[in-house]
Amino acid sequence: MSTRTLIAPARLARPRGRAAYRIVLGLVLVLFTLVFLGPLYWLASSGLKDAQEVIQTPPTLVPGTFTPENYTRAWEVMDLATLLLNTLYYAFGALAFQLVLDVAAAYSLSKLRPVLGKAVLGMMLATLMIPATVLVVPQYLTVLDVPIVERNLLDSPWAIWLPSVTNAFNIFLLKRFFDSIPKELLDAASMDGAGPLRILRSIVLPISRPILGVVSIFAVVGVWKDFLWPMLTLPDPTKQTLNVGIYSLSNGVPVNVLIAALTIASLPTLIVFLIFQRNIMSGLTAGGLKG
Amino acid sequence: MPAPSTIPSTAAPHRSPAPPGPAAPRPATGQFARALRRNLTAHGFLIGAVLCFAVFSWYPMIREFLLAFQKTESGRTTWVGLDNFRTVANDPAFWQAWGNTLLFTVLALVLGFAVPFVAALVINEFRHAQGYLRLLVYLPVMLPPVAAVLLFKYLYDPGYGLLNELFRFLGLPEQQWLQDPDLSMLAVVIASTWMNMGGATLIYLAALQSIPGELYEAAELDGAGLLRKIWHVTIPQTRLVLSLMLLMQVIATMQVFVEPFLLTGGAGPEGSTTTVVYLIYQYAFSFNNYGAAAALGLMLLVLLAGFSAAYVKLSRAEDE
Repeated sequence: MSTRTLIAPARLARPRGRAAYRIVLGLVLVLFTLVFLGPLYWLASSGLKDAQEVIQTPPTLVPGTFTPENYTRAWEVMDLATLLLNTLYYAFGALAFQLVLDVAAAYSLSKLRPVLGKAVLGMMLATLMIPATVLVVPQYLTVLDVPIVERNLLDSPWAIWLPSVTNAFNIFLLKRFFDSIPKELLDAASMDGAGPLRILRSIVLPISRPILGVVSIFAVVGVWKDFLWPMLTLPDPTKQTLNVGIYSLSNGVPVNVLIAALTIASLPTLIVFLIFQRNIMSGLTAGGLKG
Repeated sequence: MPAPSTIPSTAAPHRSPAPPGPAAPRPATGQFARALRRNLTAHGFLIGAVLCFAVFSWYPMIREFLLAFQKTESGRTTWVGLDNFRTVANDPAFWQAWGNTLLFTVLALVLGFAVPFVAALVINEFRHAQGYLRLLVYLPVMLPPVAAVLLFKYLYDPGYGLLNELFRFLGLPEQQWLQDPDLSMLAVVIASTWMNMGGATLIYLAALQSIPGELYEAAELDGAGLLRKIWHVTIPQTRLVLSLMLLMQVIATMQVFVEPFLLTGGAGPEGSTTTVVYLIYQYAFSFNNYGAAAALGLMLLVLLAGFSAAYVKLSRAEDE
């Protein structure tokens, strides 16, 4: 990295500067590893301890007992397979709805520019000003009895999917990206007789791959990490998400089994993160942040 | 949970010119029909998202305002004026919840604002292992909150918890982290910072890397030391990002719910971790008093709307 930072490169080039740099780097590496990986190591290793060792004082750093059965027990007792599948179903359903409806809306607002489009965009962005937790109560009441269609969406995946579309932030990111696509490109296609749908599919979407990636990650992670909303709208234990299911069973299982369950629950997102870390972290700082 | 925020990219988005206005001469119906068709198509693309917004966002927003002035008893809804606000304000937990929320926000700002900035400053100085350090700070962000929070519940356990073990090792007195009303909120903030600091750290890092190096060189020629360089170059150069993140953190932390809910069951010892949002949750879902929940929600909304407006203004300023 060639960017000039706080400490002058000349000082680092001197022997004393180099030694100090090495020491500080070493200390920071140890500290960060302990602070951020330490708890995860403790989680995974405690999941291997037997019931007595896990609550022993002082705690053991390396498991003295080896009971990998905790993991199989956690998998069965907490029915993690169902919870995991449920969460995947909700997350990718929400992703599909957002990709179709939000992309279409952003495209319309950016390129087709209908009458009242500006007002609609303004009203969508206004929802960003309303604290999400304040809206939870009236949203919950709405889900209990959806106006016009008069349906109760409790325990139905629609209760997750449809509200996830109201993601004004994603629409904003998409629209801003679409705005940067040169008009001449679309006009040329239009001259060749391509309709709006065709232009969206064969010109806009291929160019927009980076922003679609960012938006998709936000969509999936948003559902994956959500807690209050799925807890309220999916009370049926067989329909719960990983977060809510583990929470509601957390008092009924032995500590070591629960810890094993937490380890299992952490794995999917950690693995996805390790694979896509570059895209996730660059998308975060390039397009904006939603955590 | 940390809330949405925008850090607008530095590349100014190219705005396409406005569509041709109606001022152009229109040869009768042909053009009109085309405009109509164009609008119908455009609205066709828009309708799905608009319906979702209408039902799950705009309607609930209106309903929040109505609910705050209504009471529903045995299926009958009546207007009650400011009764709900009176109920809420007379609740002994009301001031405690605001106090706790304020305490959480202040602590979260001291920790959750300063720690990621310092972390970013340090990481940015290294010519090695930057990728690894970035990966580490962002790791907790990817954990499901239940895993991260319950993990901290074990770390905080007075008996077998790792934190007290560390304190014993350092010769410090052991603490009842989550059971002591004086410490419980701090414990919640530490867990929350650990879980959420990754995003802020990466954004600060990006901002630090955009500081022109000549500024540091110029400061050195003037004989500025490390701290003065931070104070006179780094902070002014990242001021906009810093203020945006500060506002975003205030908005997010004022809405804290998941961390205290999972760590201390919500209320905590002697109500020491009862936050405003937890109180809203209790009114609505423990006492079925939606009116009181909406009234309290409206108070929080008004307070946060000020911060949100400032945020929008600032992010516009950065966009330009």
